[in-house]
Amino acid sequence: MLLEVTDLRTSFRTPRGTVKAVDGVSFTLDRGRALGIVGESGSGKTVLSRSVMGLLVGSNLERTGSIRFEGEETIDRTARQMRDLWGAEMSMIFQDPMTSLNPLMKIGKQITEPLHAHLGLSKSDALATAEQLLRDVRIPEAGRRLKQYPHELSGGMRQRVMIAIALACGPALVFADEPTTALDVTVQSQILELIGVQRRERNMSVILVTHDLGVVAGHTDEIAVMYGGRLVEKAPTRQLFANMKMPYTEALLASIPKLEDRSHTRLTTIPGRPPDLVNPPAGCPFSPRCAYVRDRCRAEAPPLTPAEDAGHVFACWYPVGSPEYHERRAELGDAAPAAAPGADGEVAS
Amino acid sequence: MAGTGKAHLTDGDDVVLRVEDLVVEFPVGRTGLVVNAVSGISLDVRRGETLGLVGESGCGKSTTGRAIMQLPRPTNGSVRFEGQELTTMAGSDMREARTKMQMIFQDPISSLNPRRKVRDIVMEPLRIWQRSNTDRGEVVDQLLEEVGIDPQRAAESQPHQFSGGQCQRISIARSLVLDPTLIICDEPVSALDVSVQAQVLNLLEDLKAKHGLTLIFIAHDLAVVKNISDRVAVMYLGKLCEVAPSDELYRAPRHPYTNVLLSSIPVPDPQAPVAPMEVVGEPPSPVLPPPGCRFHPRCPNAEDDCRTTEPELREMGPQHFVACHHPMAGGAVPVAVGSTGGFAEPVA
Repeated sequence: MLLEVTDLRTSFRTPRGTVKAVDGVSFTLDRGRALGIVGESGSGKTVLSRSVMGLLVGSNLERTGSIRFEGEETIDRTARQMRDLWGAEMSMIFQDPMTSLNPLMKIGKQITEPLHAHLGLSKSDALATAEQLLRDVRIPEAGRRLKQYPHELSGGMRQRVMIAIALACGPALVFADEPTTALDVTVQSQILELIGVQRRERNMSVILVTHDLGVVAGHTDEIAVMYGGRLVEKAPTRQLFANMKMPYTEALLASIPKLEDRSHTRLTTIPGRPPDLVNPPAGCPFSPRCAYVRDRCRAEAPPLTPAEDAGHVFACWYPVGSPEYHERRAELGDAAPAAAPGADGEVAS
Repeated sequence: MAGTGKAHLTDGDDVVLRVEDLVVEFPVGRTGLVVNAVSGISLDVRRGETLGLVGESGCGKSTTGRAIMQLPRPTNGSVRFEGQELTTMAGSDMREARTKMQMIFQDPISSLNPRRKVRDIVMEPLRIWQRSNTDRGEVVDQLLEEVGIDPQRAAESQPHQFSGGQCQRISIARSLVLDPTLIICDEPVSALDVSVQAQVLNLLEDLKAKHGLTLIFIAHDLAVVKNISDRVAVMYLGKLCEVAPSDELYRAPRHPYTNVLLSSIPVPDPQAPVAPMEVVGEPPSPVLPPPGCRFHPRCPNAEDDCRTTEPELREMGPQHFVACHHPMAGGAVPVAVGSTGGFAEPVA
């Protein structure tokens, strides 16, 4: 097991009160696997990835729980202590390739920096490695690119450079936080494919953080869905789409416009908006917006419960497919949200 | 794709907006070079229709929307709105014409004045044009209710006290307050979460029906554009590639670029076949666009004529126009696309 996160809580004290951005999240990740973390803005997905990596600092930060990386506890480590891991063992590909690269430093210097610092390569060896890395991420004319500045490259090329830097020291774990959100759709598919190829070639683990269920569907082994700072469903990717249990996951999928639907198809919406993390609702965080809510949901937060299939957990008292779910669907009639594709053979209306 | 031509334009009384040979160029510093943002496109929009405008960043879709509003005036070409030529109109007349054509922008929060109360923001156009002098408050409150914003709260609150989705609703209310004919929506939902995006798209459909609006919907998300549009125009590097009724375009894309776009979309279904996409490259620089068809350096079907001769839009089916020398058969089969270069050149 490469990464084991147990009951991780991360909160920020603000003038408005304490923001519980990550509220008791546990998961594990094996070497070579790709985990997708999906959620809307404010779900805690980005804070979770940064908290696991130890990138968050500040006197208003509170972090508890356990993060074991390659068997060692890292939650108590300071940023200085974490520095040996960053780049060498775990690295991050950020969303915005325009601002994540140093605009005053040539591409070559930015790639060779970690090679000097972590691997102690000589200048010529580091440059040769950097050129090979640029070729690995399919940047044409790699030798010439090393001498260029970031502004001389397009957005997609810059994201490839970011990936080359993240891969430079051969890390065991790469976080990719919305790596393609700033890119065009034709470039996006190339970059996702590239991350997948590099993962398999290097036997790395990847944590892909995104708001886009479409992006994780084709590029992960497992998906964790976050809502209101909590992990509300986690399953192997195929399993999740075939048999989703959490009404939130179902509603999220239903609200995406589908290419196969005719134009002007009425979209299913989730009423309201994501919870306030300073004053989260009592009980299940999704209860104020859930079509299947009952009294118990508003009073008691559901724990993560295993589903019938291995590796599938969800946090819901009345999951998709339960008698209460069907009862409420029947009451709602046409007003019911579109059912999940595999919800007991029901067809989305 | 470097399509020119006007075969797709119709004559009729129901045409609200007609754009012909629209050209927008921006100078690059003092180099004497220009960015060819929009290079001679023609469009028409019929009354009550939603025309979708899709393409990747830098294809000129937003510039087209803004040039229609004369923000700024296009370098060349004609824009006729309800029979009036806008490109030669005097500034004061243009201001008045803009009351009939409104815009909704991508970033809902920064397009509202942060210092003012939301209800005043929505009321401002009425005040400027001295409309509804007696019942201004009622008009505004009714519109706010229609878009799902509590008027009471709007009177007391500033934009930062609302979420992104609510701010977009407020922008929509503001765009409707002068009772416009045409609304140009420039990426109105791309900054929103999917659950909120669905709410705003449904709202736009409802308001369009209720107020008899005509919409131009500019977006990069093809699924969103398909959902809301009656007809879709696909742009690439300042040119039109394909114009067709929404369902027809997605069922049977004829232009290789449209096909690449459609097959690149990540589908929320792990069982979906993954298109065997090799490196496709990126759009070239609009400063030095390729000769002939502008898509030819990335096109799987490119032949010699594509490199020299620009294709014109021609009708390939009912209302289905394509600017391509070697269009696809019309079955939506995703193709593998080999790289033939075409990486972005550095902009001087």
